[in-house]
Amino acid sequence: MIFTLARRELRSLFLSPLAWAILAIVQFITAYLFLSQLQEFLLIQSKLAAIENAPGVTELVIVPLYGSAAFIMMLVTPLLTMRLISEERRNKSLALLLSAPISMTEIIIGKYLGMLGFAAIMIFMMTLMPLSLYFAGSLDSGLLFTIVLGISLLLAAFISIGLYMSSLTAQPTIAAMSTFGILLMLWIIDWAGNKADAAASGLLEYISMLRHFEAFTKGIFSSSDFVYYILFISLFLILSIRRLDSDRLQR
Amino acid sequence: MAFFCASLFDPRCSLTEAQAHVLFDNAVSKMLDNQENKKLLSVKHLSRTYGSLCAVNNISFHLNKGEVLGFLGPNGAGKSSAMQVITGNLAPSAGQINICGFDLLDSAKQAKANIGYLPEQPPLYRELKVDEYLSFCAQLNRIEKSKQNAAVQRAKERCGLTEVGQRLINNLSKGYQQRVGIAQAIIHNPAIVILDEPTVGLDPIQIREIRALIRELAEDHGVILSTHILPEVQMTCDRVQIINRGQLVYSDDINHLHQRMRSNSIILGLNNAPTETELKSLKHIDDVEVLTSTRFRLSHSTENNPAENIAQIAANNNWGLFELRPEQKTLEQIFVELTSGEVIADETELTEDEQDKGAAA
Repeated sequence: MIFTLARRELRSLFLSPLAWAILAIVQFITAYLFLSQLQEFLLIQSKLAAIENAPGVTELVIVPLYGSAAFIMMLVTPLLTMRLISEERRNKSLALLLSAPISMTEIIIGKYLGMLGFAAIMIFMMTLMPLSLYFAGSLDSGLLFTIVLGISLLLAAFISIGLYMSSLTAQPTIAAMSTFGILLMLWIIDWAGNKADAAASGLLEYISMLRHFEAFTKGIFSSSDFVYYILFISLFLILSIRRLDSDRLQR
Repeated sequence: MAFFCASLFDPRCSLTEAQAHVLFDNAVSKMLDNQENKKLLSVKHLSRTYGSLCAVNNISFHLNKGEVLGFLGPNGAGKSSAMQVITGNLAPSAGQINICGFDLLDSAKQAKANIGYLPEQPPLYRELKVDEYLSFCAQLNRIEKSKQNAAVQRAKERCGLTEVGQRLINNLSKGYQQRVGIAQAIIHNPAIVILDEPTVGLDPIQIREIRALIRELAEDHGVILSTHILPEVQMTCDRVQIINRGQLVYSDDINHLHQRMRSNSIILGLNNAPTETELKSLKHIDDVEVLTSTRFRLSHSTENNPAENIAQIAANNNWGLFELRPEQKTLEQIFVELTSGEVIADETELTEDEQDKGAAA
C-alpha cells in the first residue's frame, strides 16, 4: 500500500516539468563542478606524485563535488517537497486518501518514500560521474561509499523537513520558503556556537546538519551520525503524521 | 389526483392498489427489522463542532441496503460536514458511526473499505490519465491485483468513461471529471456510496444518466445523496432527510413526503358561484377563501375528501363547475417551511409547553 502511494507520487512528479528541470539543472551544475575539479587535479597531479601520502583523486575531486552537491540540494529540496501535501490540500484531493482504507502513517510514509525515490535517482545520476573515473584508474571505494551514504542521509533529512512543512500549509510556495529557511538555519546553526561557552556550542554543533555530514566526507562512518539522521527523519515524519491527523480532529 | 382520491374511498373495492402497496411495504419493513445486518450504516448522536460553531448537532439516522437516502439542506446546513465525518475525513466531536458492523473510529480500515465517497469537489489527480487514476484508486482500496483491471473496466462502463480512458483528467470537461469522481467512489464495489452533490455542473443529459446510475447503484448498495436540487430528490430518493443548522428537522419516506405534499385544500372554480356561506355549509368544508369572483379555496379535514360531493352538488345546482383540483404543496414549500423560521417557532412553543408542564409539576 505504501509503495502504491510512493509510486503514484513519483509518477506525478515526473509528469510535471519541475522534476525534469531539477534533474537537468542539478546534473549540469554538478558536472561543471566535477569537470573543473578534475582539471585542477590533473594540473597538480605531477606535483602530488612527489609527496608521500598525498591525497588522491577521491579526496581532491569527489569530496568537494559532494560538498557542493549537498549545498545545491539544500536549495533544490524545498522545490521538490513543497507540493507533497499542500497541493493535495489545495486541490482537495486529500479526501481520496483520507476516505480510503489506509492509515495516516501509510499516507505520510508513502509520500516520503516516493520523494526518496526521486532523491535516489538524483544521487545515482550524480554518482555516475565519479564512477566513470574507474575507467581511468582506481578510487578509494570506501570513501566513495561513505560519502554517497552521507549525502543520501542528508537529503533524506532535508526531505523529511520539506514534507512536514508541506503538511502545515495549503500554499506550496509558503511550504518551500519555510523549508528553505529551516534548512539554511540548520546548516549554519553551529556558526553561532564557535565563540560561546562550550556546552552551548556543543549542542549547536550537534544540531547542525553539516557537522554530521562532514564525518562522512572524511570516510568515517560513525553510528552517532547515522543515528542523528535517523532520529531527525523520524521526528519530522511523526510530526507530519500528527499534523495530518489533527486536520481531521479540528479545523 | 381527484380520481385517485376517489378510488381510495370507493367502498366496492375492498383492497385498493395503494393499500396493497402499504401492506407489502409493511411486510418488507418487518423483514428488514428481522435482519439487523441489512442496516449498512447507523449514525448515533453525531455532533461536530468547529470551535464554537456547531456544524452538526446530535444527528441520528441509518441507511438500509437498496436505499437511496437524500440529504437536503440549505447552504451551510452541515450536509457536507456530516458526510465528511461519516467518511472519516473529519473526526466526530461526539457520537457513534457504525459501517457494516465496523465502528469508524475503532476499526477505521474495515469501515472505510465499505465506503465510496465523492466529495463536493472530486478528488482527482489531474496530471494522470483516467485509466492510471482509476487503477491507483483500485490499488488504494486494496482490490486484489488480478481483479484490478476488471474493476477499472466495470467502473468505467458504469460511468460512461470507456472512451476517455487514455485522456488526461485535466483535459476532460467538468462533467467527465465528475464522472471520474463517481467511478472512483464505486470502483471497489462498496456497500455504501456517498455522493456529495454529484450532478453539479453537468448538462441535462448527463444529469439524467447520473440519476439513472444512482438508481442502478441502489440495487445492491446503499446510497446517500446530498443535494439541494429538489426535483432530484423526488426522482431518485427513497427516503429524505432535511438538515438545517446542523439539526435533522425532517426524516421520512419519500411516499410520506408525497402525502405531506398533498394539502388539505381544494381549488374550486365555478362560473355561477353561489354565496360564500352556501359553499361553507357544504359537507366536510371547514373554511372558504374567495380568490376571485369565480374561484375559491376550500379547506377540509385530512380524513374526508369532499371533492366527489362538491362535483355532485355543483352539477345538480348548475354552478358551472370548470375547475376542481386538490392543491398540492411542492417539495420546495415543505423545504422552506422546514428550514425557515417556522420550525424554530414550533420548537420554542414546545419548550414553552414543557416549561409549563414543569411549572405545573
